[in-house]
Amino acid sequence: MRLFLHELRGELRLYVRSRELAFFTFLLPILFLVILGSAYGDEEIEGHLGADYLVSGMIGYGVASTAFAGLAIVLVIRREEGILKRLRATPLPAFTYIAAVLATTMIAFLVGAVCIVALAVTLFGGHFPKSPVSLAVALVLGGACFAAIGIGVTTFLHRSEGASAAINAVYIPLSFLSGAFFSQGGFPRFLTIAADIFPLKYFIDLVAAISLEGEQIWERPVEVAVIAVWGLAGTAFALRRFRWVPREG
Amino acid sequence: MSRAVVVEGLEKAYGEVRAVRGVSFTIETGEVFGLLGPNGAGKTTTVEILEGYRTRDAGRIEVLGVDPATAGSAWRERIGVVLQSGSLYPQLTVVEILRLFGGYYERPRDVGEVIGIVGLEEKKDQRVHTLSGGQKRRLDLAIALVGDPELVFLDEPTTGFDPEARRRAWDTIRSLRELGKTTLLTTHYLDEAERLCDRVAVLRDGKIAALGRPAELTGALPPTEIRYRLDGQEVVVRTEEPTRVLNELTAEALRSGVELEALEVSRPSLEDVYLSLTQESPR
Ligand SMILES: Nc1ncnc2c1ncn2[C@@H]1O[C@H](COP(=O)(O)OP(=O)(O)OP(=O)(O)O)[C@@H](O)[C@H]1O
Ligand SMILES: [Mg+2]
Repeated sequence: MRLFLHELRGELRLYVRSRELAFFTFLLPILFLVILGSAYGDEEIEGHLGADYLVSGMIGYGVASTAFAGLAIVLVIRREEGILKRLRATPLPAFTYIAAVLATTMIAFLVGAVCIVALAVTLFGGHFPKSPVSLAVALVLGGACFAAIGIGVTTFLHRSEGASAAINAVYIPLSFLSGAFFSQGGFPRFLTIAADIFPLKYFIDLVAAISLEGEQIWERPVEVAVIAVWGLAGTAFALRRFRWVPREG
Repeated sequence: MSRAVVVEGLEKAYGEVRAVRGVSFTIETGEVFGLLGPNGAGKTTTVEILEGYRTRDAGRIEVLGVDPATAGSAWRERIGVVLQSGSLYPQLTVVEILRLFGGYYERPRDVGEVIGIVGLEEKKDQRVHTLSGGQKRRLDLAIALVGDPELVFLDEPTTGFDPEARRRAWDTIRSLRELGKTTLLTTHYLDEAERLCDRVAVLRDGKIAALGRPAELTGALPPTEIRYRLDGQEVVVRTEEPTRVLNELTAEALRSGVELEALEVSRPSLEDVYLSLTQESPR
């Protein structure tokens, strides 16, 4: 526990210090909320106030950028630069290290989500989410699932250069197709099929159902199941294939 | 004395490349042991197997009494590592990174003291990305020492050091020896190996070509060499009796009023041994 807290403090410091990463993965969803909110915040979208409607999409974009993309990019860079390798020579247990990295990611994502809700309420007259406890559970579930997939994805990337480009090429289009920015309605069917496979759409739908309609998380078993299955698959993959050392050594 | 490292019949191949082919040596506790050899000789492979990073194909290994392939956190408490390559968190300062790594150990050394050992006092509050290459390398050494290890593995630790930093690193390694700690280092600087190591092994093509104290290895070579230039021609004389030969040579030169240009007398160095061992065509 002492080691976990020590590493968590270190990881939080590293997160705050890495400006580029913090901007792209943490601030960008918040920035998009402000931009889109200024344009559509007071309009009515699908029967809801624009500001309220945007919240679930931006939280969805946030989970993909913070928990999935940010985590995957950091781990690939650390692995390829030999930082993970060096850590393996210290007494810090692998489990403790991963736990601290995951906790940092979760904290960043949750702080981001709270900022999104707070800004929607204060700047654009949005409403407080309807079922806050269910929402909190859904956020933790989503954060864990996307972080697990993020760790799993590191096994496909072999160089730190280009890692962030490859990751961005996956999650940014997927965010659009999953309805993070606009309703999915306008996209052609063959594109939305791709979104139906991945968990992001289900996460956004789940968050929308909870925060807009006031449903509870157990009323959405399909969404929860898809997210959980992806999370478990990512975890299983990460456990079997995760590497601590760069490919050539 | 007990043995810090035992290696017997170590083998390791990467596909077709047989990087290590039946290497055996032991390192006594408190010894500074050097692993020399040309690029690709198998030094890093050997060291990283001992550190527990790489698997081996055959052979018996004990590092601090434990097989590194199955060793855990308690064993890692006792070792320190400088890898041949690799970088550090660029956004932390020298002090922060040493506190972070020191915190992984039960009884770390004082961070300020370790910074002093490697001579980074002036840079201690600077971010790692602002350090020069040699300064980063010194930080690598500091990290290897911060856990107060019994055994340190240093894979080309002084590459990129300026002469003063190299002397300082030598002093550090000697002081580790005085504290009874064991060092395994690889280096391409033969003067470094000669001055610092109690014993060295020269690897070639994954096999040990020579093993012993630097003085023993140089003792096996042809004797003293006397070189000078005469009429623009370089002359080299090798002799068992340098005093007599030199006396005759200079007496003759004085008598005939000739100057022996660039006169030089040298004992064979470890470098000569090394070159004679590694330049023979393989097998
Ligand atoms: N991960 C690897 N995969 C395949 N071949 C490897 C790998 N690591 C080393 N080799 C090969 O094994 C041989 C020994 O390499 P090693 O890195 O141990 O040499 P070295 O003595 O440390 O050399 P240097 O002085 O250049 O550091 C080389 O032929 C190298 O190409
Ligand atoms: Mg090497």
